[in-house]
Amino acid sequence: MKKAIITVVGHDCVGIIAKVCTYLAERNINILDISQTIVGGYFNMMMVVDVAGSDAEFETISEELKGVGTQIGCVIRIQLEDIFDMMHRI
Amino acid sequence: MISRSEILETNQMIEKENLDVRTITMGISLLDCIDSDLEAMCAKIRAKIVRLAGRLVAVGDEIGREYGVPVVNKRVSVTPAAIIGAAACRSVQDYVKLAKTLDDAAKEIGVNFIGGFSAVVCKGMTASDELLMRSIPEALAATERVCSSVNVGSTKTGINMDAVRLMGETVRKTAELTADADSIGCAKLVVFCNAPDDNPFMAGAFHGVTEADAVINVGVSGPGVVKKALEAARGKNFSVLCETIKKTAFKITRVGQLVAGRASELLGVPFGIVDLSLAPTPAVGDSVAEILQEIGLEHPGAPGTTAALALLNDQVKKGGVMASSYVGGLSGAFIPVSEDQGMIDALNAGCLTLEKLEAMTCVCSVGLDMIAIPGDTSAATVSGIIADEMAIGMINQKTTAVRVIPVIGKTVGDQAEFGGLLGYAPIMPVNRFDCSAFVNREGRIPAPIHSFRN
Repeated sequence: MKKAIITVVGHDCVGIIAKVCTYLAERNINILDISQTIVGGYFNMMMVVDVAGSDAEFETISEELKGVGTQIGCVIRIQLEDIFDMMHRI
Repeated sequence: MISRSEILETNQMIEKENLDVRTITMGISLLDCIDSDLEAMCAKIRAKIVRLAGRLVAVGDEIGREYGVPVVNKRVSVTPAAIIGAAACRSVQDYVKLAKTLDDAAKEIGVNFIGGFSAVVCKGMTASDELLMRSIPEALAATERVCSSVNVGSTKTGINMDAVRLMGETVRKTAELTADADSIGCAKLVVFCNAPDDNPFMAGAFHGVTEADAVINVGVSGPGVVKKALEAARGKNFSVLCETIKKTAFKITRVGQLVAGRASELLGVPFGIVDLSLAPTPAVGDSVAEILQEIGLEHPGAPGTTAALALLNDQVKKGGVMASSYVGGLSGAFIPVSEDQGMIDALNAGCLTLEKLEAMTCVCSVGLDMIAIPGDTSAATVSGIIADEMAIGMINQKTTAVRVIPVIGKTVGDQAEFGGLLGYAPIMPVNRFDCSAFVNREGRIPAPIHSFRN
């Protein structure tokens, strides 16, 4: 398992989760956890995913997610989970 | 499970507070490139650097994408060139050729600086050391990415005053040969006392002879992150202040440790150390001076600055040490003038003097750094400045350094422009009284009494 965190931030609109999840399904990336909230009209979603099953390079996934974000007016980032673990857990 | 607020905090540090990995520096030993034939030596040096560090830039960028944290610089440091060139270099021109070889190798692999055009002469100079030191002005003028450093003193050996005198002249000549670019050659030349073998930061990085064949050293940076965290501690007592700095330094250093481990794995080169330094850049919000202001000073240089800096430096170390398995290099708060907008503002406000900066170097990492001084400053005065700074390092058993730039054709009231990460700096006044009879004495200052520990 290779865990990564996806963050999606932007103006709320119909179909954000659908778009992101469709992309992840196409790339065979499994969603382990998902949470979203809307604060002041801003959509804020975080997902924990497993990228081990995908045959795409991490860099490719990162670029393609950025592209999906542009389509739906959100900023989408994917980062390996290790950076958060290292910083916030001893 | 990582919480939403932790994810937000990390990404806020990266996006808004300039958290980055300042440098992944690969140290490469060139000891096996020694050859009595100059051409053969240069060919071996180039081949080894390209072989080991050819993928350094690509790997650095890949790690940056994986973790979403910028890896700003990818650099190489090599064994002090005065050792490597001793068998082959018979003239200043031979050493310039060695420097050009390093420059070409750096360009070929795409790193922005290569350090190690260096000599370690804290007790005495070999003929090769002296030749290298005399070649520095031309070498720095003829190359773009080569950085040079000379270690002229240590707590164990005392200060080699012959080398201090020669470096005063070398700094001046380097300034003259690069006069058309505001004497920028001097921005790539550092004079050290107690230089560490594993420093990843330029311009003083070299790969010491105590090191393995190749090693990955990482320097992290996040003055903006510390500043932001301290905003929440305004008006609070020293205990809260120190705890806040320690916790933040821990988090920043953990990122360095992660990146260093990954770089080591991807490049197949052992991990060396993480350098815990707070290194500013000219970018707004990436300033050590702003941390000092947040601690409670109107500008750095105000009374209390040395105490505030001592506190900052110590807490950064305390927080960082636990975050990494091996800590080394310079590890502390850097106070370069031209590379820190807050320091420049303090200077322009009339709050910061060379003498106060010297006092600050007693308690921070390194020393008088990126300070532009009048172009007519004599070699003897530069030597005097170097000697003072070396004495601070020798007596206090710490690394100190001098990187001053006598900007030819400019004087107090003018401004020097270095560009990029090196920034710009108003010219600082220098004490005009003479010290030549002192620096012209030959020999060395003996090691201090507390160095005799055996």
